[in-house]
Amino acid sequence: MTLAIPHNVVLALAGVYGLLVAATLIVAWMERGGGRDAKSPSELSLRIRSWWWMVAAFTLAVAFNETAAIVFLGFISYLALKEYFSLIPTRRIDRAVILCAYLAVPAQFYWIADGWYGMFIVFIPIWVFLFFPMLMALRGETAGHLAAVGTLSWGLMMTVFALSHLGILLTTGGPVNPVAGGAGLLFFVVFLTQFNDVAQFTWGKLISRATGGHRITPTVSPNKTWEGFLGGLATAAVLGAALSPWLTPMTPAWGALAGAIIAIAGFVGDVTMSAMKRDLGVKDTGQLIPGHGGILDRVDSLTYTAPVFFHFFRYVFYP
Amino acid sequence: MLTRLARLAFFGLVVRGIVLLVMGLNIRNRERLPRSGPAIIVANHNSHLDTLTLMSLFPLRDLDRVRPVAAMDYFLANPVMKWIATRLIGILPIDRSGRTGGNPLADCEAALARGDILILFPEGSRGEPERLARYKKGIAHLAKAAPEVPVTPVFFHGLGKALPKGSWLFVPFTCDVFVGETFSWTGSIAGFMEALETRMRALAAQGHFPPWT
Repeated sequence: MTLAIPHNVVLALAGVYGLLVAATLIVAWMERGGGRDAKSPSELSLRIRSWWWMVAAFTLAVAFNETAAIVFLGFISYLALKEYFSLIPTRRIDRAVILCAYLAVPAQFYWIADGWYGMFIVFIPIWVFLFFPMLMALRGETAGHLAAVGTLSWGLMMTVFALSHLGILLTTGGPVNPVAGGAGLLFFVVFLTQFNDVAQFTWGKLISRATGGHRITPTVSPNKTWEGFLGGLATAAVLGAALSPWLTPMTPAWGALAGAIIAIAGFVGDVTMSAMKRDLGVKDTGQLIPGHGGILDRVDSLTYTAPVFFHFFRYVFYP
Repeated sequence: MLTRLARLAFFGLVVRGIVLLVMGLNIRNRERLPRSGPAIIVANHNSHLDTLTLMSLFPLRDLDRVRPVAAMDYFLANPVMKWIATRLIGILPIDRSGRTGGNPLADCEAALARGDILILFPEGSRGEPERLARYKKGIAHLAKAAPEVPVTPVFFHGLGKALPKGSWLFVPFTCDVFVGETFSWTGSIAGFMEALETRMRALAAQGHFPPWT
């Protein structure tokens, strides 16, 4: 068995494990010191434990070959879509339609494995979005038709079309990225997205603790402050500049811009998912990942960063 | 021997694969499920998947001890169904017609005396999916006959959407499984039914269930 990942991605993954070790030690130390506040650190340590599992799964998925990585990304997409369908109001008559909608996942990831960009980019926004309203109309139930079409399409948009951009980045990014291949680009966008999430949260806590901070979207996500957002943006830009020469064909200046774009897109992904959760009246989208919530809670930022980063990068750096 | 292998493969691979990977469970308070018999588990009934999902929560080595109690007239109706029900799943058939006379719960009481874990669906049939029907009182009579046996209520949601009565089309939805606190015979039939219904209502209230029309 040979490792298929470029040397630089191995180093980057080793760096992530270093971060996890550091975070685990810090949390262990905090729990040892904070006897009174024992409840909040245990939530934190649960969260760190889940990070270990997620990083391990990601490592296994990219370590062997491209096909394994595509199957892994497809399975994440399926889990996210299933969580979405379980969360939203649905009509009994649409059971068969929903079953068909799941088939969009293997189809979309097949185009990716095949490297068929043209089909990848039109399959969901053209064929799937036109096909399902037709199917629903032909079944003859018109009550709730518009809501059913709207919710089905948005779910496929977020969990299949948007997330599958991670796959197309992996399979088509190789030729333009001699330093770390498609895996390097995949790592770059996933790592910066997740790190920006943590950085926005941490900066928000640190700066806004005394003042309460300046809220950006008080009605949607009251914990999001300008302090956290800008702190995360700066962190992601610095990290993007530092990592880009090792993982991407971008210069540090382009890397900083990419980091800033990922920070903004990640914030938007988080807030749109929060708006959906508020509308549905739930706090978390599920309980799959202890300390984090559901899978949609974890990939919310990626639903925006994956397509936005890919199309930015493709426009500037693809031949 | 062959039947046993078929059973292990069915529960170990097929049921677990479908329940855990394709469908996915959201289980609360799993630790409240009994680890050994005799015990009674009471659940609401939305789908054939209820039984299989509940059985998949027990270790494979305990498979022979976990017995879903099911209606004889439905499951023993034809030879294929009978083989699946009695050999593959391992149901404990009961006669719900009341025509044969005698104690219809005698087999259940004997199984409890052997130390089995019985699964009962007191709604009687799967009914309208995702709607709680009135509970039948057989469970209270069983608890009265075995007053020391712990009764664990379990509330399911989502399986009626995945595989409702009258449909063979399986559509994956994440399923909620809420396990309640154990109780036992309360001293009267009415009191026991009241306690059971209160517990099931409290479990149902824990969840957020989107409209399904």
